[in-house]
Amino acid sequence: MPGTIQSVERAAAILRLFRSRSRRLGVAELSSALGLPKATVHGLLRTLRQVGFVDQDAETGKYMLGAGLLHLGAGHPDANELRALTLSGADALAVRSKESVRVGALHGDGVLIVHHVFRPDHSPQVLDVGSMLPLHASALGKVLAGHDPLAAQAMAHTDLRRYTDRTITSRRALQGALARLRSRGWDADIEERVVGEASIAAPIRGRYGLTVGAIGISGPVERLCAGGEPRPDLVAYVQAAARSVADGRTGWGERGGKANVM
Amino acid sequence: MTEPQQQYVAAIDQGTTSSRCIIFDHEGHIVADAQEEFEQIFPRPGWVEHNPLAIWDSVVHVVEGALASGGIDRSQLAAVGITNQRETTVLWDAATGEPVHNAIVWQDTRTDQLIEELAGEAGQYRFAERCGLPLATYFSGPKARWLLDNVAGLRERAERGEIKFGTIDTWLIWKLTGGPDGGVHATDVTNASRTMLMNLRTGQWDDSILSAMGLPRAMLPEIRSSAEAYGTGRGVLEGVPVASALGDQQAALFGQCCYDVGDAKNTYGTGSFLLLNTGTDPIFSKSGLLTTAGYKIGDQPTVYALEGAIAITGALVQWLRDNLGLISSSAEIETLAATVEDNGGCYFVPAFSGLFAPYWRSDARGVIVGLTRYVTKGHIARATLEATAWQSREIVDAMNADSGVTLNSLKVDGGMTANNLLMQHQADVLGVPVVRPMIAETTALGAAYAAGLAVGYWGSIEELRAHWHKAAEWQPQMDPAERDREYRQWKKAVERTFDWVGRD
Repeated sequence: MPGTIQSVERAAAILRLFRSRSRRLGVAELSSALGLPKATVHGLLRTLRQVGFVDQDAETGKYMLGAGLLHLGAGHPDANELRALTLSGADALAVRSKESVRVGALHGDGVLIVHHVFRPDHSPQVLDVGSMLPLHASALGKVLAGHDPLAAQAMAHTDLRRYTDRTITSRRALQGALARLRSRGWDADIEERVVGEASIAAPIRGRYGLTVGAIGISGPVERLCAGGEPRPDLVAYVQAAARSVADGRTGWGERGGKANVM
Repeated sequence: MTEPQQQYVAAIDQGTTSSRCIIFDHEGHIVADAQEEFEQIFPRPGWVEHNPLAIWDSVVHVVEGALASGGIDRSQLAAVGITNQRETTVLWDAATGEPVHNAIVWQDTRTDQLIEELAGEAGQYRFAERCGLPLATYFSGPKARWLLDNVAGLRERAERGEIKFGTIDTWLIWKLTGGPDGGVHATDVTNASRTMLMNLRTGQWDDSILSAMGLPRAMLPEIRSSAEAYGTGRGVLEGVPVASALGDQQAALFGQCCYDVGDAKNTYGTGSFLLLNTGTDPIFSKSGLLTTAGYKIGDQPTVYALEGAIAITGALVQWLRDNLGLISSSAEIETLAATVEDNGGCYFVPAFSGLFAPYWRSDARGVIVGLTRYVTKGHIARATLEATAWQSREIVDAMNADSGVTLNSLKVDGGMTANNLLMQHQADVLGVPVVRPMIAETTALGAAYAAGLAVGYWGSIEELRAHWHKAAEWQPQMDPAERDREYRQWKKAVERTFDWVGRD
């Protein structure tokens, strides 16, 4: 059995010492309680503060448990917050790509469509917010599975149903596809769910680089692909849209944060 | 280079807290954007002022900023259009361009005494039959009168023609076209319709109102259409035609392509503004809605609109977040509301400072009714969202009663359009489709469209329609019988707000 990592143990000990949300401790108190040099404790606190697990009281200089810990169980934005945050980025993507845009988030063992922008071409279209896509046979789903461990777990347990001849139904092949996608930061589905249709998607990253959703476009293969590959200009638009959403946020679910859209 | 340089249209969006410049291309897409806030001045409780020179500086900065960020030369601008905070009033020295006082902002209530005096025995609607507006502190005429009464020597100077009056569009047109050095002193019909001084039928200043308010005609600008070249830019926009002006809500109506009778738009902010195109004859409201010029394109007839404002819409969601702590972000209200199937019999009427159109009851205060042991915070969240939809329905019904015009569809913009449940409920209670456009910046777009039309950058209103795309559409799904039942319940809830505080 491999040994434990000392600094993780020490960080855990620091967090335990706080016990309650209201308790405030200084470096000296922590140092004597743990029997560690002040410099070591200070270094640990600095890292814990950077990841949001402790906060420092501006007046006294003492430390307390941070908001990041409280949000551990709710690290993902709520689906409706995700829609509010992607609203302008998704419109811009539809305008640039001239295709319909969807934003997806993991829900159960599939992708929940949380936002949908119509293709800008005057054709009648119906909102499909609230509908589900399969993880293994959509660009949005594969992007989530490739970047979010929970989505990967969900996919590992679902039935890899065959929708078309091109649906990836072998777990090994799917793992290979996800590895490729992780290295390039986007993915496509070309007729993997519906014959004649393609989609391109990229991950939306939240705080600490966690993937909180995916944004993408979909449409007929002949418009989205050239020479059997997704068109590079469209891929660039999708990636730019995903980045613009990430840049526009300051933190998920925080009071008074960017999610205030009213 | 043999290829001609690409041409664009710029819109200056001069708002209450910030100035913005957005540059659009021929398809109506945004190619560059800059924004800058400026100082809000609160000299006393209820008073709100802006420094007109600070506003001008911010406009120059955002125009320069937008051109720089897009790598665009001003020679590439086919035209510039203006949309602005409405009713805010500036008086300045015609010779020097120096404002004689800070601008009095639309929210400022210092004219409340004056309003009562002007109303006298004839009441609040003394001038409404001519100007379309009730006497209220928002509008510009009484603000100008206050300045003449309170700045030493100003009335005499104004009577000698040494002083110019303007709403913000007028101030900016004058500054952009050269100021004291040949600047054009003009306003557009939509901004003029917010002064209380314009006769809505003639589109000209009304001498009987001017004399009743004690305002010299010499200081007033010429009333022009919303889309024509008023003059040519000097300085920051040297050589660029200054070619449109529209009040902000009217610009949004125009940017939302509400060009047919029965087209309406609703902008959902902390409060909401609903405007309905009623055609080329002004409809004077019997339910206390405002009659306003919607837009006028060059020589074509003025298109009028009815306007209804709802004081508390998005602000109610913020209230749930900040005062009750039921949610931690505004978007979360939809998640909470979706935990239940319906409102559970609960209705929330946010008459926080009385009820406005169509009730006009200052004795009303907010209520949450229909509470039982069954009701959860989910039901209250749902009732909160439904309140916004029902208030909009009541405005639409009042407009319909006044004008006989039925609503075709409702075009929506503003932050709350991110709320799917609200948008669906809005379609359900109105019984017409609710449509969100692809370009969210409808106000700036409206000013750009009007300026582009004026100089031939765009050929016609039909061409503009072709650029307008739906980003989303919600179709009514509620059973009409159910809708009628819910509406009766809502109206019952509204009645429960009456007679809570003593009438003033």
